[in-house]
Amino acid sequence: MTSHATSAEQNMMVPDLTFEPGMKVFNMKLGMWVFLLSEVMFFTSLIGSYVILRFAHPDHFPEPGVVLNVPLTAFNTFFLICSSVTMVKAFAAIQKGDQQKFKLWLLGTILIGAAFVGIQAYEYSLLVAEHFGPSAAGYAPVGRGMEEGGPIVGGPLYGATFYTMTGFHGAHVSIGVLCLIFVLIQAMRGKYTAADHRGVEVIGLYWHFVDLVWIVLFTIVYLI
Amino acid sequence: MENWSWMLDESASSVGPQIDRLYYIILVITGIVFVATEVTLLYFLFKYRHREGHKAEYIHGNTKAEIIWTAIPALIVLAIALMSRGLWAEIKDPANVPADAMRVMLEAKQFEWNLTYPGPDGELRTGDDFTVRNRLDIPLDRPTVLEMTSVDVIHSFFVPDFRLKQDIVPGMAMQMWFQPTRAGVFPIGCAELCGIGHTRMRGTLTVHSPADYQAWVNEQVQGAASAAEPAAPAPATQAQ
Amino acid sequence: MATHAATAEGHATGAGHDEHHKLSFIRTYIFSTDHKMIAKQFLLASLLFLLIGGILAGLVRWQLGFPGQPIPFIGSMFSDTTAPGGIILPEFYNSLVTMHATFMIFFAIMPLLVGVWGNFLIPLQIGAPDMAFPRLNTASFWISVPAGILMLASFFVEGGAAGAGWTSYAPLSANPEYSGVHMGQVLWLVSLIILGFSSLTGAVNYITTIINMRAPGMTWFRMPLPTWSLFVTSWLLLLAIPILTGGLIMLLFDQTIGTGFFNPATDGEPLLWQHIFWYFGHPEVYILILPAMGLVSEVISNRARKPIFGYHAMVLAIISIAFLGWVVWGHHMFQSGMNPLLGTSFMISTIIIAVPSAIKVFNWLGTLWKGDIHFDVPMLHALAFVAMFIIGGLSGIFMASAPVDIPIHDTYFIVAHIHYVLFGGSLFGIFAGITFWFPKMFGRMMSPKLGKIHFWVTIFAYNAVFFPMHNLGLRNHMRRIYDPNSYEYLQPLQGLNTFISIAAFILIAGQMIFAFSFFYSMFFGEKAEQNPWKSNTLEWTAAGHPPGHGNFPGGTPHVYRGPYEYSSPESNEDFLPQGVPPEPVRRGAVPREPGFLPTGD
Ligand SMILES: [Cu+2]
Ligand SMILES: [Cu+2]
Repeated sequence: MTSHATSAEQNMMVPDLTFEPGMKVFNMKLGMWVFLLSEVMFFTSLIGSYVILRFAHPDHFPEPGVVLNVPLTAFNTFFLICSSVTMVKAFAAIQKGDQQKFKLWLLGTILIGAAFVGIQAYEYSLLVAEHFGPSAAGYAPVGRGMEEGGPIVGGPLYGATFYTMTGFHGAHVSIGVLCLIFVLIQAMRGKYTAADHRGVEVIGLYWHFVDLVWIVLFTIVYLI
Repeated sequence: MENWSWMLDESASSVGPQIDRLYYIILVITGIVFVATEVTLLYFLFKYRHREGHKAEYIHGNTKAEIIWTAIPALIVLAIALMSRGLWAEIKDPANVPADAMRVMLEAKQFEWNLTYPGPDGELRTGDDFTVRNRLDIPLDRPTVLEMTSVDVIHSFFVPDFRLKQDIVPGMAMQMWFQPTRAGVFPIGCAELCGIGHTRMRGTLTVHSPADYQAWVNEQVQGAASAAEPAAPAPATQAQ
Repeated sequence: MATHAATAEGHATGAGHDEHHKLSFIRTYIFSTDHKMIAKQFLLASLLFLLIGGILAGLVRWQLGFPGQPIPFIGSMFSDTTAPGGIILPEFYNSLVTMHATFMIFFAIMPLLVGVWGNFLIPLQIGAPDMAFPRLNTASFWISVPAGILMLASFFVEGGAAGAGWTSYAPLSANPEYSGVHMGQVLWLVSLIILGFSSLTGAVNYITTIINMRAPGMTWFRMPLPTWSLFVTSWLLLLAIPILTGGLIMLLFDQTIGTGFFNPATDGEPLLWQHIFWYFGHPEVYILILPAMGLVSEVISNRARKPIFGYHAMVLAIISIAFLGWVVWGHHMFQSGMNPLLGTSFMISTIIIAVPSAIKVFNWLGTLWKGDIHFDVPMLHALAFVAMFIIGGLSGIFMASAPVDIPIHDTYFIVAHIHYVLFGGSLFGIFAGITFWFPKMFGRMMSPKLGKIHFWVTIFAYNAVFFPMHNLGLRNHMRRIYDPNSYEYLQPLQGLNTFISIAAFILIAGQMIFAFSFFYSMFFGEKAEQNPWKSNTLEWTAAGHPPGHGNFPGGTPHVYRGPYEYSSPESNEDFLPQGVPPEPVRRGAVPREPGFLPTGD
């Protein structure tokens, strides 16, 4: 491709037809990259608000293990990381054209993703039962293993930020699962081949991004 | 026609003349730029209007011109920023609040200003404090500090003649100081949309001579005492 | 990765398949995937919202010009909770002010600039068959429709439409106890969240299209300035809109489930909302002006028959505005109680951002210098843009200086400034764009006679409305107050307010000339020739008004030069289109070399 540009430079009479082909990726992938940048900004606004509120009102935010069930979520985190691995496996399989393995790994990713959402819902139900809710009025946790009626730990900003951040992440995982199911249906119809599997690559990008966001969220919400 | 004026009314606080000076500097600079650019524009439109057989000159630009008209505006605006910086710190930096100032508490709520004064003992938050609504009375001879809070939404305490404006954010303790330069009665307004009654959230600021101020305080203290008794009218609170 | 050649995809998606069979009515006019039809849909929808926003402004001006008097003619149509007997209530006034700004900013100016011109111009100007994602493009328009309907519906719910200002400062906007509005505020928030998706999908599409689908020879620095400005604007949208969405979601939760992010009663931070809002809000200001600058640059260069002065400087100015725009948001918050030290740094960054704007103005003047200026209607609007943008830019210097901002903050001086930028700037830019590209969109010329009448009425009435607002502000007239006369010191200004209101009614009435001309010309205007403005850019070389599906049926155009080669000595005429091969190629001395890139089918 470049030979034309150089010849153009050599002779002023020859028109300059420099061709900039843009990024060397297909549109869908570029579009996904661009979209993920906006997702970064979205989570930045939620996480940034959390950081600001936490610095302004440290008394609202008890130590992570006091209210939250950290081991349960740590297990769930491990789960989600596994789903990134299965996604990579699925992609590798279709690159080689191995339809059977591709579909199996894809199915695995879907199941793990769905399980993550399920466990998150279960976690929510436990927390709400312990009076750890998103609204200021519904905020009254006494801490794990403490007796009912004891002093409330933390403040309502804790519940508000916790549910907003993890909830929107959960929504992203759910959308990802739906997209993966769509990809699986397409795969059954034989849409993807070793030569062309762009859809898989694009959904994979999204999936890894959502995982990455979770690792950040898990760190700042459950560990720090 | 005075409504069309670009001049400011005479200010009545110590920082007023400095703000006004900065305003006039910017007014002159922008005025010159305004006339120069608009006249150039109109001149070009006339001079280079289309005429038969006339062709535009094939010019792509001029790096020197670009550098000049980047540098000159940059220098001008930076000069304005530097001039503004010191005055800004003087007005808003908490470190510059005069130590000997009289402290008055201002509590904003929909849609009124409640001002609490130190009573005869000169101390706030003591038993002899008294509160008046929608009026701020201060002595001419010393600076005043307002300790401002809001109980509901954001209001903005605005005294045009003092060139003073400060939003009052609920949940935050805000401060604002000022030193009057002449006695008189000045309007107070709310400059931040605060709800249905925003338009009537106003008050008056009265600057007294020191003697008058003392007399006013005494009147208020007595009024507060007699208001405790039934049937006595609340004298100082201004009627809505 | 190398297996997926970028261009192969680009051409496979847009051109080709649909060309040969006729599309149904629904696919052609309603759920069209053709970027030109989507542009027209955006155009009609946002012109409707422009009208609605104008009517709301008229009602606001009625209250200020003739306070407490019943609205004439239509007064009896209002309900008892808005304007009983035609007399506007304070709560309705707050809704009017809020919704005027909301409709104008989010539903009129933004789609008129980004939705219309992003869609119409980008693929045509870069020589692409369509957008990178045509179906996503359809979605982008249709997502915005429910947003608009919800926003309109909020007028009819209990408590009326949102009334906390377009900036919706918390806690007024977060707690119905304070504003008396619950459902209206919820609808406002939901509508803007939905609209955000529309903007976002648009931005992803524009960015991908411009990066990946430029025709051979269309290098970055041969791109026409409208496309450049839309490219940069798309980045601003992409990165700013999600910030707002996050804030809107938190405010919605505050309003509905009582989370208390911005509610001081539970230690929430009202200033956090302001920081989020303006972190989005300042880039938003540039979203609203950069595309208009691009349109105006195109029209000025074309109608002055002269290359744009300092093309590279223009591009760099756009880019630097986009970068600086992220670090200046605090200038909206000088009096908010923010740390004054922060105020100082925001003041300095803000004042620096004036420089690229100045560069642009000087380059427009430089373009006119020694030009051959044709005063057609688009040019009149473009020149008005420059003249008015100068005023809007200069008045911005006053409030950029934090001490001077103290007295003028939240007064009519600010109202004057924003309208010099958004009406004097953006809207004149939009008029320039519509009158310039109308022939390409609809195949007919807009009536120059009506166009000139509309222009002169608009420019005079516009200045009569907004210039005296500076003076109102200097007389300390607060913005957003329902009854200025409740302040004794504002009573002498009633005459000026009445004058402004009468001018505003003339201004609004004058727009009916445009509306008439727009629809009349669409059906009965003079048929347009292929390239009526003798323009250089690719959209005018694409056959048809507008071009058919796929845009360039003869194959992908090749680009040989920059977009503003007017009055070039290389040509006998005073223009030299981007797609016309240079002499040696035309003579056949050098082959056109079609081989090295895919040409569609
Ligand atoms: Cu108020
Ligand atoms: Cu700004």
